[in-house]
Order: sequence, then C-alpha cells, then structure tokens
Amino acid sequence: MARKISIRQALNEALDQEMARDPTVFVMGEDIVGGMGGDGDKDAWGGVLGVTKGLYAKYGDRLLDTPLSESAYIGAAVGAAACGMRPVAELMFIDFMGVCFDEIFNQAAKFKYMFGGKAETPVVIRTMIGGGFRAAAQHSQVLTPLFTHIPGLKVVVPSNAYDAKGLLIQSIRDNDPVIFCEHKNLYGHESDVPQESYTIPFGEANVVREGKHVTIVTYGMMVHRALDAAALLAKDKVECEVIDLRTLSPIDWDTVLESVENTGRLVCVDEAHPRCSIASDVSAKVSQEAFKALKAGIQMVTAPHTPVPFSPALEDLYLPSAEKIASAARKTMAN
Amino acid sequence: MSKNPFPLDKQGLLAAYRTMRRIREFEERVHNEFAKGDIPGFVHLYAGEEASGTGIMMHLNDRDRIASTHRGHGHCIAKGVDVKEMMGEIYGKAMGSCRGKGGSMHIADLSKGMMGANGILGAGAPLACGAALAAKFRGDGGVGISFVGDGASNQGMFLESLNLAAVWNLPAIFVVENNGYAESTSRDYAVAVDSYVDRAAGFGLPGVTVDGTDFFAVYEAAGEIIKRAREGGGPALLECKMIRFFGHFEGDQQTYRGKGEVEQIRTSRDCIKLFVEKVLDAGIIKRPELDAIDKEALAEIEAAVVAAKAAPLPSAKDLMTDVYVTY
Repeated sequence: MARKISIRQALNEALDQEMARDPTVFVMGEDIVGGMGGDGDKDAWGGVLGVTKGLYAKYGDRLLDTPLSESAYIGAAVGAAACGMRPVAELMFIDFMGVCFDEIFNQAAKFKYMFGGKAETPVVIRTMIGGGFRAAAQHSQVLTPLFTHIPGLKVVVPSNAYDAKGLLIQSIRDNDPVIFCEHKNLYGHESDVPQESYTIPFGEANVVREGKHVTIVTYGMMVHRALDAAALLAKDKVECEVIDLRTLSPIDWDTVLESVENTGRLVCVDEAHPRCSIASDVSAKVSQEAFKALKAGIQMVTAPHTPVPFSPALEDLYLPSAEKIASAARKTMAN
Repeated sequence: MSKNPFPLDKQGLLAAYRTMRRIREFEERVHNEFAKGDIPGFVHLYAGEEASGTGIMMHLNDRDRIASTHRGHGHCIAKGVDVKEMMGEIYGKAMGSCRGKGGSMHIADLSKGMMGANGILGAGAPLACGAALAAKFRGDGGVGISFVGDGASNQGMFLESLNLAAVWNLPAIFVVENNGYAESTSRDYAVAVDSYVDRAAGFGLPGVTVDGTDFFAVYEAAGEIIKRAREGGGPALLECKMIRFFGHFEGDQQTYRGKGEVEQIRTSRDCIKLFVEKVLDAGIIKRPELDAIDKEALAEIEAAVVAAKAAPLPSAKDLMTDVYVTY
C-alpha cells in the first residue's frame, strides 16, 4: 500500500527491507549509528541527516560506525563485497571522494574486467550531492560526471521518494559497484511510496512530464527545477517534455533520442560543472544520433566552471534555476 | 633418522621447498623471457623474497584471503594460483588467469583467496580489512592478509587500515615485506621509524620483525599471528626483512644499489640456499629429494612458458566483455 513518505524515510525503508531479506547486507559509515563509544545514546544520530535512524535497534552490529577514515572503510567495503558480502557504505559527502577515490575507481570499478570476469563487487556507496545548502565549496558539489566516466561503476541519482526506494533496493541487489547519489536538499521531499519492497531497473529514464515542443533532460534536484521551468513555459503555450534520467550509468539513450525525435529541441540541465558533464554527454549523443531531428541548437544549463561559492547571493547565481532553464528552452523555440 | 628440529614434518619441509623453488624458477624464467622482448608491459619479480610468501601462505586455506602487491607472482604461487594460467596472463593470452586483461600486476583468483596483485601501492590493505570483516561477519575463522612493501608502508590507505583493523578487532594481518627499496629509494631515507614494530604500536596493534630470508622465522611468527587472529585476538603487523634479487622492475639497471650488493646477497642471503643448508645439515632431507623437486619445478615452468607462448591471444570481442556483471 502506498503512502506519502520522504526520500529520507524511503531510503531507510529500503535499507531495512534489504537487511531483513539478505543477511549479507550490512551498512557502514561515519556516524550512521552515532554516539558509539560515548556515555550518551547509541543511535543518537542515525546518520548525519538521519537516514539510518532506528536501524541499529533492529540490526545491531550489522550497522558499523567507522572511524573518520574514508580510504580504509570504503576500501574495506569493496574488499568485503569481493568476498561475498553486500555492503552499503555511506560516504557522507561526495566531496570526500577525493580521499578514497582509488578504492572506487582503481579497485571496485576494475575488478570484474581486470580479473577476467572472475570477480564481482556488489558494493553500494551512498553519498550526498548538491548545492543550495550554503555548505560551500567542499560540501556542495555534484561530481556525478566523474563517476559516470569510469567503466565498471554504475551511477544512480533519484529525484523522488518512490525512485529512491526502488533504486536503492536495486542497487543493493545489483552485482556491480553502485555510486548512489542523494541530493542533500531533497531528503524531505515526499511522494507516494508502496510499503512493500520493489525495484526500479537501471537504465530506464522516467518521463516526468510529457510535451511536444522541447525536451529537457536532467536528473536529481534539477528535475524539480526543470518541472518548475516547464510550468512557467506552459503559460506561454510551450509544452516541455521533462526526462529524469534516474541512472547516469547505465543511461537510457532510447528515451532521450525518441523524445528529441518528437520535439526537435533539446535543453540539457546539469547541476554539475559544464565541461565533460552529463549535459555535454547528452548533447554529444543527440547531435550524433538525432541531428536531423533538431530544429535548433542544443542548449545546456549547468553550474558555471567555478567552485561552489558560500554566500547565498553567489550560490543562488551559481545554481541552475527554473528561469535559466526556461530561458534556454525559449532560445530553442526562437527558430 | 635424526631428530627433526623444525616446526614442520618432512612432507611440510618438502612442500615449503617446492613452493619456494617454483617461485624462484618462475621468476628467473620470466626475467630471461622478458629480456627477449616477448613479454608486454612491465613486471616486478619476487626472486629472493620467497621465504616470506611461502612461510605465511603455508598457514592459509582457500577461505583466507590475501591482497597482494605489484610484486605478486610469489604470493600467487604460494596461494595456489595455477602457474600455467599465470604465465599465460603475463604473456597477455586468452587462457591467462585474467583472460589477458590484467597482466602481471593484476593476477587474481578469488576461488583461491587471492584478491589480486595490485598496481596501486597500499590499496590492498583496506581490501584485506574488508576480507577480514567478511570473515568476522560469517564467523568462519578466516583471515585477511595484506602485503605491502616498505614503500607502500607510508601510504595513507595502509596506515588508516592499521587503525581500522585495530578499532574493529579484525582478523587482519599486515605483512610489510621490507626489501630495503621503494623502487630506487632506500627504506632508511623514506621511513621515519627504524622499526615497524614501533609503527604498529602507534596504531595499537602488536608487531613482530623477522628475518625474511629465514623461512622458519617467518613460518613461526606468521603461525602465531594467524592463529591469534583466527581465535578473535585481532590484527597484527609482521615485518619481514628481506632482499630483492632483481630491480624494481625488469630493465631496472639498479645503479642505486651498492657495488657488489646483489652478488653478495645472492651468495650469503639467498633464502632458498639458507633453507637447504639447514634441512640438509639436520639430516631430515637428502639432496636427491631436493634435486627431484628442482627438476619438477623446471619442467613445470618450462611447460607453462611453452603453453603460454603457443596460446591464442584474446579476440576482439573480449575488449568489451566483463566490464559489468549486467549493464
């Protein structure tokens, strides 16, 4: 039975149901229990934003608080996965990937190929992405293109609670390493979510709004900005089709290309920086595969090629907005 | 028959000798074949260090996992990886351990508990923690062992792993194979402490230093540490002080080494020679028994080279396979 719950609750429910189903699933990360070794409450935090709250009471030692030591514990998650476990490791902010990147892109991502197909590494790394939290340059990045670039990794970015639950369960059951990106400003976002367990297959984009004039391709928080833009444009009788990619690797090219074949116009929206981004990737693919369908030049709306600024006055300028997306869509309509 | 002064019975001693001899034969042969130009890429040889891998691995079974280094051939052989497939891998052939997609630095066989040689120095330490964590969850008594050289003993990944293993009381063992050189840089230049026992103590775990050219010293120290870890006693560090017969990689002219250093260590500190002297002196094993093993090893490696050279290369379709389990 479906009820309205937040992304935070949906993720918690996915972890709960998978831990109950499969004894090889365990969860590790900094402060995912919170309060270990102190005199106060255990499960004081349940994760820095409360996603794992309550699981410790049910699963005890299958929730492992880690030292502040990302290289060691992300590597340990990768190693345990290669030894038949299904770890879900939380890396608090994607910005911290720098200190443990080797264990992800040189180890987890490559075992299958480099060992001639004989290794599987079913690890999930849950991590927070995105700006708008006034968290400045080292706690606000998106960085999804870095991981999408690496063969062997899968990259998942849910935009709503229904997808968050189904995609996280799929990620845990999946036999490849998954980078599961949660936007820090979406944890409270609510939608209808079934109580029972379900999966959403990777590589299937979601057309969240249908329209015949302009295709907007995006993911994560920007799905919501794109929908806002589509609502603005609808007032001018411009009908946008908004595609939520949901997974960046694998990526659903068919849905994107089919939509552009219909609309002839494309706006790629990405909260990441513009160079070598998901937006530029989608632009390149569409110009290769659907050039004849295009009625106007492809537009990209992304963050600028700068670090994320702190001051709200600057960060608001930095982030792609509904107005910028709408303006880009109008440009494609000018022809 | 004399009384056996060793911690292994005669069969055990012969098994130890066989493993060391097979590693030496493998490495000497790769050295020669590499010089002919038939082997692609670059290789790092374990010759001279056999007592370490052998003395440790004799305590392990397939359920125990090891994470190796770039200098991993010896670890692979001692852990039971198929030698023919290893040689095939080094030649980049489809029948190789990794189907020709890994090469010397990435030979792995998870069914044997060999989690891979590793081209990234220090990266194996967290992986071994993961293996130890998996063993702890399962309660199967398994251990995770990571090998690093003296060079990688300075890596953050390694140092963080010492702390993690201690904090979680993991059945993890950290072997520092200290051969005195990180590539061309001397250990004494690059490692601030004199003893790895001190370094281990700084992370709250026990450490032992042994002469890594003495098979028996390694065997006994490793045995104690591994037994303790299996019984829930937690992690430990084992430093094996050893020597490298060849350069960092094949083709290394080794001008950074002292004049006559290599000749001297080959004469006086060859771990296999030292082992042989001991077992012959004790009268436990007779020379012809060792000669027979030498012959076996020679034939095995010869067959592996012949098979590897004759084997087909990977086909074009192999380029795109095994990137993912499903995609």
